[in-house]
Amino acid sequence: MFKRSDHDTRPIVRILVEGTAVEARAGDTVSAALLASGRDVRRLTAVSGAPRLPYCMMGVCFDCLVTIDGVGNRQGCLVPVADGMRIEIQKGKREIGR
Amino acid sequence: MSKDYDVAVVGGGLLGSAIAWGLGRLGQRVAVLDEGDITKRASRANFALVWVQSKGLGMPAYTGWTVRAAKSWAQLAAALREQTGLDVSLQQNGGFHITLGEDEYGRRTDLVARMHNQIGAADYRMEMVPAAELGRALPGLGPDVSGGSFCPLDGHVNSLRTYRALHAGLKAFGVDYLPERPVSGIAREGGEFRLTTPAGEVRAAKVVLAAGNANQALAPMVGLSAPMGPTRGQIIVTERTEPFLPHALSTLRQTDEGTVMIGDSKEDVLDDRAMRQGINAVMADRAQRTFPHLARLNVVRTWSGIRVMPRDGFPIYDQSETHPGAFVACCHSGVTLASNHAFEIARMVAGGALEPELVGAFTAKRFAAAESRAGSGYY
Repeated sequence: MFKRSDHDTRPIVRILVEGTAVEARAGDTVSAALLASGRDVRRLTAVSGAPRLPYCMMGVCFDCLVTIDGVGNRQGCLVPVADGMRIEIQKGKREIGR
Repeated sequence: MSKDYDVAVVGGGLLGSAIAWGLGRLGQRVAVLDEGDITKRASRANFALVWVQSKGLGMPAYTGWTVRAAKSWAQLAAALREQTGLDVSLQQNGGFHITLGEDEYGRRTDLVARMHNQIGAADYRMEMVPAAELGRALPGLGPDVSGGSFCPLDGHVNSLRTYRALHAGLKAFGVDYLPERPVSGIAREGGEFRLTTPAGEVRAAKVVLAAGNANQALAPMVGLSAPMGPTRGQIIVTERTEPFLPHALSTLRQTDEGTVMIGDSKEDVLDDRAMRQGINAVMADRAQRTFPHLARLNVVRTWSGIRVMPRDGFPIYDQSETHPGAFVACCHSGVTLASNHAFEIARMVAGGALEPELVGAFTAKRFAAAESRAGSGYY
């Protein structure tokens, strides 16, 4: 769905999405990296379980909620990627103790 | 407007809505005169417990009235679901009051003993539970928890959905809901009541004052009294999390949709546009001492609300001797007592008289008899 610009020369940052290595770019937010990955990164909402993707990309809509390094309900659009970051697509409500 | 009604219910909160719903169910022609969206409304600020334990110390009749409500709540939930399709998520599998530290456990033990020793109170099997047993019912408790008290009749409900369901039910029964009609005057002329509102006069054969703390000003218009002593409470709400709490607690509950509600304070302040963060800090601290894993959750909302509170904490149900057909109803526990209001109070109003064996103890005449009686209508 998304294609990176050919002129994007930023250095590569390696993250893990559901345990699989994914290449992002320095300065990407988690949400941008997920959308650019080409993978199915739809989360499921907490009450009805409806599928959602990041939407506003500016911290307002909370549709980008994702588990980052073991912490649930993070807003992926507000967190820059870092080498080795572990991302899990959140299926429903935040888990207890995560 | 000059349409005739059997009953005009003044107040469209949970209490007025429940009575009006019950009257509509009995085929009465009913108007609900309500204020607007920005009124102080406990119906939208409450903690949503259906709660029995520790209610009624100082007035055994209140214990019996509360037990009756708890036992008929499922009937109300079923009726609302059948009528409106809305599930109000009633859960009544017993509730706990948690104590932190040995002092609190000792004080709670004393309270349970005093409740048990009260003559004439309904037995609702409230009992103390030591920390070791409590851990089996409530996984994840922290080391500061010293135990708690349990009552098998306690529970909780989605109170906002209950409120919505009652209003959907009012519409289905053909009850006229009239917002933006604060009542400024009530006169009894020619065998009917005339209620003055900014949008014109409403006439009805009977009137039920169910306007919360505003009942204090309205009741004297029909020869009644309703001394109120409202307080402010604060609530903290977290983001949604997986279900972890199988029972409602007196100050902590997880809603059917996953949020955790933490309550609830009590202050003699009547401004619901502000809150004291120091109080929220104490509430949050106690919540995470109860369940340490809550410390990881984000808080998404806080609010304060003004409790409807008769001056001694116990409900007031009364009928006017000087203005036959005028009734007053107010109580702190509009959620817990909703089933009584829908089934019992509505039946009495439709029949034209309160039934002394059920609600005689709740007359406001008690305030004249004993102006300063110590009580705990509040949990």
